[in-house]
Amino acid sequence: MTPLLIVEQVLNGLQSGIMLFLMAAGLTLIFGVMGLINLAHGSLFMVGAFAAAATAAATGSFLLGLGAALVAAACAGALVERLVIRRLYDRDHLDQVLATFALILIFSEGTRWIFGSFPLYLDIPPALSGPVTLPGGIQYPLYRLFLIGVGLVLAGALFWLIGRTRLGIRIRAGENDREMIAALGVDIARLYTLVFALGAALAGLAGALVGAIQSVQVGMGEPVLILAFVVIVIGGIGSITGALVGALLVGLTDTLGGIFLPRLFALVMDPAAATQTGAALSSMAIYMLMAAVLVWRPTGLFGART
Amino acid sequence: MLKQLLASVALAACATTAMAEVKVGLITTLSGGGAGLGIDTRDGFMLALEQAGRDDVEVVIEDDQQKPDVAVQLADRLIQSEKVDVLTGIVWSNLAMAVVPAATAQGLFYLSTNAAPAQLAGAGCNPNYFSVSYQNDNLHEAAGAYATKAGFANSFILAPNYPAGKDSLNGFKRFYEGELAGEIYTDLGQTDYAAEIAQIRASGADSVFFFLPGGMGISFLKQYADSGVDLPLIGPAFSFDQNILQAVGDAALGVKNTSSWSKDLDNAANAAFVTAYSEKYGRLPSLYSAQGYDTANLLLSAMDKAEVSDDEAFRAALMEADFDSVRGKFSFNASQHPVQDLYVREVVREGDILTNQIVDTAITDRGHAYEAECKM
Amino acid sequence: MTRETLLNALVLLALGLLPVWAHLSDEPFTITLATRAAILALAAVGLNIALGLGGLVSLGHALFFGIGGYAMGILASHAQDYTPIYDGAFTVPGTKSMPVIWLVAVAASAMAALLIGLLALRTAGVYFIMITLAFGQMAFFFAISWNAYGGEDGLSIYVRNSFPGLNTLVPIQFFGLCFGLLCLILLASHLLARSPFGLALNAARQSPDRVMAVGLDPKRLQLVAFVLSGAVTGLAGALFADLNRFVSPTMFSWQTSGEIMVFLILGGVARLCGPVIGAAVFVLLEHWLGGLSEFWHIWLGLLLLAVVLFARGGLVGLIAGRARAHD
Repeated sequence: MTPLLIVEQVLNGLQSGIMLFLMAAGLTLIFGVMGLINLAHGSLFMVGAFAAAATAAATGSFLLGLGAALVAAACAGALVERLVIRRLYDRDHLDQVLATFALILIFSEGTRWIFGSFPLYLDIPPALSGPVTLPGGIQYPLYRLFLIGVGLVLAGALFWLIGRTRLGIRIRAGENDREMIAALGVDIARLYTLVFALGAALAGLAGALVGAIQSVQVGMGEPVLILAFVVIVIGGIGSITGALVGALLVGLTDTLGGIFLPRLFALVMDPAAATQTGAALSSMAIYMLMAAVLVWRPTGLFGART
Repeated sequence: MLKQLLASVALAACATTAMAEVKVGLITTLSGGGAGLGIDTRDGFMLALEQAGRDDVEVVIEDDQQKPDVAVQLADRLIQSEKVDVLTGIVWSNLAMAVVPAATAQGLFYLSTNAAPAQLAGAGCNPNYFSVSYQNDNLHEAAGAYATKAGFANSFILAPNYPAGKDSLNGFKRFYEGELAGEIYTDLGQTDYAAEIAQIRASGADSVFFFLPGGMGISFLKQYADSGVDLPLIGPAFSFDQNILQAVGDAALGVKNTSSWSKDLDNAANAAFVTAYSEKYGRLPSLYSAQGYDTANLLLSAMDKAEVSDDEAFRAALMEADFDSVRGKFSFNASQHPVQDLYVREVVREGDILTNQIVDTAITDRGHAYEAECKM
Repeated sequence: MTRETLLNALVLLALGLLPVWAHLSDEPFTITLATRAAILALAAVGLNIALGLGGLVSLGHALFFGIGGYAMGILASHAQDYTPIYDGAFTVPGTKSMPVIWLVAVAASAMAALLIGLLALRTAGVYFIMITLAFGQMAFFFAISWNAYGGEDGLSIYVRNSFPGLNTLVPIQFFGLCFGLLCLILLASHLLARSPFGLALNAARQSPDRVMAVGLDPKRLQLVAFVLSGAVTGLAGALFADLNRFVSPTMFSWQTSGEIMVFLILGGVARLCGPVIGAAVFVLLEHWLGGLSEFWHIWLGLLLLAVVLFARGGLVGLIAGRARAHD
């Protein structure tokens, strides 16, 4: 194991972490502001990927595809919020879990109904394909660097939006006291639709970006959804900073665990058994991390203390 | 008068043959992420029946949702209320393991259109179980044989961490004579292979063998093509199937993959099948379509020779495999699995679409590795 | 007799008599469906103890369902191969006897529930939902890579396990066994809800401070509820495995957790027969809609949505009205 390989793996961990952040940010915002658990967030990720693939196939432009992903996911989000989610704000978590579970069924089979049962094609644009050589001689795919860059820019924009703009002030106020901002004349219903659409757009964009290096298929949202939940629970629900830290932790644990655990076991076991035990444990690693964090800090790293 | 009488007796005789209906239960995956494979299986199977134009076969089609417990429940329903004679259609090995042993124990015939796990080929072989596709290890063995033939001496191999993944790597190693640069098990359903690709790059391998079915393979191929690692890739046909290739795109071009069938296999039955399938469904057939088609034709050929109610005779009729396989020569070995040639294909572009072309034969007349364990 | 009591009686009577009719008219598959409904109902009855009584929203009950299933799978597969489970200082053989399997399933899932409960109950609300989900996922990935017992392929058991005095291979007899257990545990959970423990638990859900003020520890009450809940769902898992004569990691998947929760909410949370009605309706829908359309999940999703949005309190709530406030 050379230092170069370790650097490369850390980059990989960062990249998967930053994409998870895009998913988790929306999820944690929606929970923080509206108090809603949205299991259907993964479906919006899928909607983004399918919209991008269909648009890119029709127009030949990856950029238009990304635009379509943003628009389609935001529209789907706003629509779902108006039709369904709005009725769930004052319900308990149980009803929210069930209703959004139902939405997953509808979204998944609906997508299959429209696009068929086979995976769609979405590829990296030529300008971003292929590897580049980093200082130190590491060959690294340009597109993955692009993903890290886009993710960081979006994270920065989100922090600015929440911290420095009027909308951000309202969102933060909504997290703390929704009666108060309603009394101040803010249209709460519109604010909620907006926040939901924003979260959906981020998820859709993540779906499109990741879709280019993965398989665009029905059900692609659920594994990411579960990971995103792990992220926001580790970070503390409602905290954007927590989502960022949690996403990077999960991304790095998942990537590095898969590399180092088998090697660790190889020190004490025969190689075949070590790879299998290591692989088994590394797939459980992030859940162990989450359980450990929750036992240590029951409301996550950056969650509000009760 | 006598003539008339004879004619009516002949007619009556015909009528009795037509009465001897065979009822087939086709359980396959028609919804969810894996639906594409089941749809191809079904379409291939039904095409063969339609071409035969016979009204003595009734097919009941059920969707297993790729869930083992649903498959078991459907099998129970088909056996108990539909009273089917033959079951077929399951795509996934874990579902086959849930259904097949119970079905054959109840005296039904099971004809496998795809899944053929080692357990059912070896110690768990059964007189009522026929695999029309292959034994699961076959395509991986062919990849191993091809890697040796191509002169690769230091392969990096990877597969998901589940039983079929382990069987795959073992199958590859059975016919591969070089060294291994590395051997890794990935998570089932994993979507990001950056970490594995980095290991491949660092390993000093001269080739890569991978078994990553479904969406996993699409993700791996796209990321591999973009990583700048340009070692030759070998894989079994599953990641290069007609329906998946279009989603992988150019990343798959030139990759060698092993299969028991290809659309350019040169025999009359195959040419007719590919034309008819494309005309009827508006898309090219896949390996699953071909296997479904062969299974239905095998069944029809056996029905011509024996009554399904006569177990012994029907089994013997199936064993003869007296049908025109789209794979050319086709026969069963004693454990009722195919003996067939395994080919190496290369992904090429034909007009707008990506498809496969045979470039070599990896192993001829391959049965499988578990024959000795089958006591039947 | 309230409307709900009448409804409960009718539902159980219908579920009990339908298979008898099916048996007489030689429709064995209807019996299989009814057995499936009874077993899934039992799993949801288990969840109802934690969720309905204790207010603990667990999205990880598939873990206990799976443990029950694997308890059956492991014991029976060893018995079927005539290999011991443990052969060291002493020998532990496998078994095909249902009562022994049930005992092991209940003990193992109760033990797991105790350990998980101790950790998970440090959190509350959404965090509790998520940590139970995380434990479920851990078990799922562990089962997939657990080669000794089939990994993702799972384990097939060729002959259904035995129960003294019955031929469990006869569908109606196996149904009777499952239905009997369901009724027994329904009765037990009814008594539990009215016992001092149940009343204290109910109070702990509504106002933990008051319970603490009278000197009870609400977390400890919830832990007991969680363990009982896990044990019942584990028993259902063992029966489910016996119905299919097969176990696989799918039993551990988070979709299974979701479905158990769906039965409960469809029927009505904290209502005695809510889980039974929910599971029966779900099994019927799966059977009918599955036959009608390839895309039947859309219709299932719309129906669930309608129930959550417009039929609060589930189907029981719709038919028998809201639960009385002070029960």
